[in-house]
Amino acid sequence: MAKRNIAIGTLLVGIVLGIILWGGFNWAMELTNTEQFCISCHEMRDNVYQEYKGRIHDLNRTGVRATCPDCHVPKEWIYKVKRKIQASNELFHKVMGSIDTREKFEAKRLELARHVWKAMKETDSRECRNCHEYGSMDYMAQGRRARREHQEGLEAGKTCIDCHKGIAHQLPDMAEEDPSAVLAVHPEDKGTE
Amino acid sequence: MKHLSAKKPVLLLLGVLGLASAQSALAIEIQSLRGENDIKETTEVPEVKRYNKDGQPLPRNYVLQPPLIPHKIDGYQITIKHNKCLSCHSWKNYRRHHATKISQTHFQSRDGIVLANVSARRYFCLQCHVPQTNALPLVENTFEPVESVSAQ
Ligand code: HEC
Ligand code: HEC
Ligand code: HEC
Ligand code: HEC
Ligand code: HEC
Ligand code: HEC
Repeated sequence: MAKRNIAIGTLLVGIVLGIILWGGFNWAMELTNTEQFCISCHEMRDNVYQEYKGRIHDLNRTGVRATCPDCHVPKEWIYKVKRKIQASNELFHKVMGSIDTREKFEAKRLELARHVWKAMKETDSRECRNCHEYGSMDYMAQGRRARREHQEGLEAGKTCIDCHKGIAHQLPDMAEEDPSAVLAVHPEDKGTE
Repeated sequence: MKHLSAKKPVLLLLGVLGLASAQSALAIEIQSLRGENDIKETTEVPEVKRYNKDGQPLPRNYVLQPPLIPHKIDGYQITIKHNKCLSCHSWKNYRRHHATKISQTHFQSRDGIVLANVSARRYFCLQCHVPQTNALPLVENTFEPVESVSAQ
């Protein structure tokens, strides 16, 4: 009898503890899923955040915002946990000071951006589609260029990030990505670089 | 040299007189930005102007006119590292985006050398190309393009 009581007791304690820990885990996940948290690191605050300020997802006619986690952290629980584990890599680089100056950040920027583009391509820009959906777009209400390209893009199997790079931040040096959209180097200037 | 310096004060005086009379004549016409309102009154806020929605290319009025921008450009960034306009208007990209390609003049340096990419003097597109708002002309304009170059 006593043995059974202890067993049930441990089970109950286990469940209660589980709920608390589980809750705490999810609570911690929520706490780290805010703009405030993201910009608590100067690496994020002094670079990407400054560029995001005033752009369409921060300031617009309707006052609806998209903050850092909206675009960078998945909504579905399992993907979210995966992203959080990946984020421990950011902690490592924080300690290492990989991007702790503007110069270092600019130097590493293309690599970081490529990670984000790759992730978005793999998920068909899932985070964008959490808010925007091709199917809910009223093409007739859109501008002439958007209407044409969205219809064509959808048919060609393209995803948001194929066309909307740089939607929230400045772009890195794009010479490799699109050599036709950068400043020409004057032949006489080449030697001085 | 001597006779010149003797004339100077006279010239100066004439100059000052001329300026003063010009000023009093202009004083009636020139208004500050706040208009005729007394300093204690609040001036009326003018209507907010909005950029036009995306549309077809606008007619050009004369040869070598930089064409007006017929679409929105909010948030388009031009930095030393990337030019958003060229992501649609470069020779590589224009077809995919149904845009007009930049003309050859945009590749020429000031010494007439044709470069492989857009020259620095044409890199900052908004120096010459501008979008339009719903604002009405401030002064009447009777300019009419020559029939032969009109794009109508
Ligand atoms: C502890 C400081 C810190 C915090 C807090 C932080 N970051 Fe970062 N973040 C970094 C550092 C450092 C890097 C650079 C990692 C590297 O060098 O590979 C980085 C890189 C990134 C990248 C590029 C990722 C990649 O795959 O290369 C993204 C996106 C990002 N952060 C978004 C966020 C978001 C969203 C938040 C809030 C949920 C956030 N960060 C919170 C320090 C931080
Ligand atoms: C949290 C919701 C949310 C997410 C996530 C989101 N957006 Fe948005 N997006 C908005 C809102 C709100 C607006 C502004 C609507 C308005 O004009 O009032 C907007 C506007 C835009 C615009 C219009 C820009 C303009 O100048 O008119 C584009 C393009 C866009 N988003 C692309 C994206 C892309 C690409 C992603 C993914 C990387 C994304 N959005 C993620 C909510 C979101
Ligand atoms: C094939 C290229 C392409 C793809 C793919 C694409 N867009 Fe666009 N989008 C455009 C163009 C071009 C415009 C109009 C020009 C601009 O806003 O810079 C536009 C405009 C928009 C606008 C503003 C509409 C308006 O009329 O003001 C939103 C919002 C938007 N896109 C969201 C998205 C989202 C979300 C996705 C993914 C589901 C997406 N786009 C995929 C090319 C594309
Ligand atoms: C509307 C979606 C959106 C929002 C909101 C957003 N980002 Fe990004 N972010 C992107 C995209 C897309 C990229 C990939 C590079 C690009 O296209 O600009 C990116 C890239 C990054 C990078 C990699 C470096 C770089 O510039 O490419 C970091 C770090 C980052 N974001 C952090 C943040 C932080 C911190 C916030 C909040 C202040 C934030 N992002 C808000 C969409 C967003
Ligand atoms: C998303 C692609 C896209 C971007 C980005 C873009 N444009 Fe355009 N632009 C077009 C298209 C498409 C047209 C042709 C209008 C149409 O048929 O819809 C056009 C037309 C023009 C024209 C008129 C050409 C003519 O023949 O009359 C000018 C000038 C122009 N754009 C300048 C710019 C400038 C300057 C920028 C950057 C601030 C810019 N565009 C960014 C797509 C784009
Ligand atoms: C110094 C002024 C100047 C700057 C800067 C400039 N343009 Fe032009 N652009 C012109 C003039 C003038 C024309 C018309 C005559 C010609 O083709 O040279 C023109 C023509 C064009 C045309 C129409 C070409 C055609 O074949 O009809 C496009 C598109 C265009 N410019 C886009 C751009 C873009 C994009 C940028 C930025 C990368 C830019 N321009 C920068 C002056 C300028």
